[in-house]
Amino acid sequence: MIRLDAVGLHYVQGAGPGPEVLRDLTFVIPEGGFRWLLGPSGAGKSSLLRLLHLAVLPTSGRLSLLDVDVGATGRHNLALLRRRIGMVFQDFRLLPHLTAFDNVALPLRLAGQPEAQVRAHVTEMLHWVQLGRKLEARPAQLSGGEQQRVAVARAVVGRPHILLADEPTGNLDEVQSERLMLLFKEMNRLGTTVIVATHNEALVQRHPGQSLRLEHGRLVDHD
Amino acid sequence: MTRARDDLGLGRALGERMLPLVVAAMSFLAALALAGSVGAAALAQRWQEGAASVLTVQVPHPATPAGDQPGQTRVERVLAILRGTPGIAGARPLSEAELAELLRPWLGSGAGRLALPLPAVVEVHLSGAGPDIAALGPRLEAAAPGATPESHGVWVRRLSALARSLEACAWVALALVAGIAAAMIAIATRSGLAVRRDAIEIVHGLGATDGIIAGRFAARATRMTASGASLGALAALPVLLVLADLAAPFAAVGAQPANPGLWFTALPLPLWIALAGLPLVAALIGWGTTQVTVRRWLRQLP
Repeated sequence: MIRLDAVGLHYVQGAGPGPEVLRDLTFVIPEGGFRWLLGPSGAGKSSLLRLLHLAVLPTSGRLSLLDVDVGATGRHNLALLRRRIGMVFQDFRLLPHLTAFDNVALPLRLAGQPEAQVRAHVTEMLHWVQLGRKLEARPAQLSGGEQQRVAVARAVVGRPHILLADEPTGNLDEVQSERLMLLFKEMNRLGTTVIVATHNEALVQRHPGQSLRLEHGRLVDHD
Repeated sequence: MTRARDDLGLGRALGERMLPLVVAAMSFLAALALAGSVGAAALAQRWQEGAASVLTVQVPHPATPAGDQPGQTRVERVLAILRGTPGIAGARPLSEAELAELLRPWLGSGAGRLALPLPAVVEVHLSGAGPDIAALGPRLEAAAPGATPESHGVWVRRLSALARSLEACAWVALALVAGIAAAMIAIATRSGLAVRRDAIEIVHGLGATDGIIAGRFAARATRMTASGASLGALAALPVLLVLADLAAPFAAVGAQPANPGLWFTALPLPLWIALAGLPLVAALIGWGTTQVTVRRWLRQLP
């Protein structure tokens, strides 16, 4: 369950508060829900995803993720909460000095999973995104699409309760995009709450679903 | 089984490779300061134990009858007065052989054959606070004109004060070295954090706790400072051995003779323990400083 109650966000700029990027957001996404996150560039989609990933905390209002009131929780518990949220970044955010395998293994290792289990899960996941032969490649040796698939694998390998994706198909061809949507839908069917931000109208039309539409940091449509 | 992982790419930072060398230099200085401290403490103790409780009285013309008791020789009378004075545990005239040994550096081994009128020297052992020297002087003078009590106490107190001051200076130097080392480690850590900001943000986003991130940095700092400090302590060792060799003639007076075959006995045991402790203390400083620095830095992330 994701619950926002009059949530606002402005980044700090110098000594004072910067412009408000999200304003008065109030909505609820039930557990196992699926939402497209739509809106023009600069509408605040990435900021909302950062907020839901706890990379930033709301500057006003109340945010509750997986029944945890974020504003009333300590640092340690926020870190544990992040382990239950998978995120696919638009710019992938892979660690350049680690191999594809080690990048995908990172969430499992941080969670302290036994190495044998890590090996099995990561290998399976990378095979699924068709990178089974590039386990030892570093991000710089991979194409944009391949890096995106590593980022997806890293986001879902820990079976997160919430999956956030920022333009996850931006570097993928149609076939790969369809495969990715199948993965997201399958995870959603198994109970993961999924939010996908995209500009790809064709993708949205092929996979109709409920959507959140942002404009100028405000929610203009929530169906 | 957990292999040490380098998720944050800590092994690739060039700037921090200087850290072990800096720590080695600090540890070298710390070893010298420790040697100064241990040496000064040992000297102070030796002087206090050995000489503080001793007073010597020179008696010129010892065989001449005493001034106030003509029935006794001057040296007998001086001994009687000393033994009857409160604060004196015992008085003993040095034998001719001991006297000759004392004078040998000045008169050569033939001192006894010279027809010099040698004074008698009485060694007095004090107890408690010692006698009232000011009152003792005139009584000795009356019995044996020219008899002068020579208190080592004043000199010993001065030398001890000097030694204690040197010891205190050594400790101040040690504290400074530790403080500078901590500051250097903090600076190196902060630059390391700034360089890896992206990687830390990614790992933080994947759910790494502050403890995990600080632990990675601290483990590396612990290894670097421990190895640097070992290097510094090892480099200081030959210097300390040479210093100990130079100091041996002073330290060995009245003590057991140094055995040149056993080089490890050349340094006192406390110094060996302190040298062995250097890498441990350095590692502790490295670990603690890094933990605090990283955890403070992480506060800028939610």
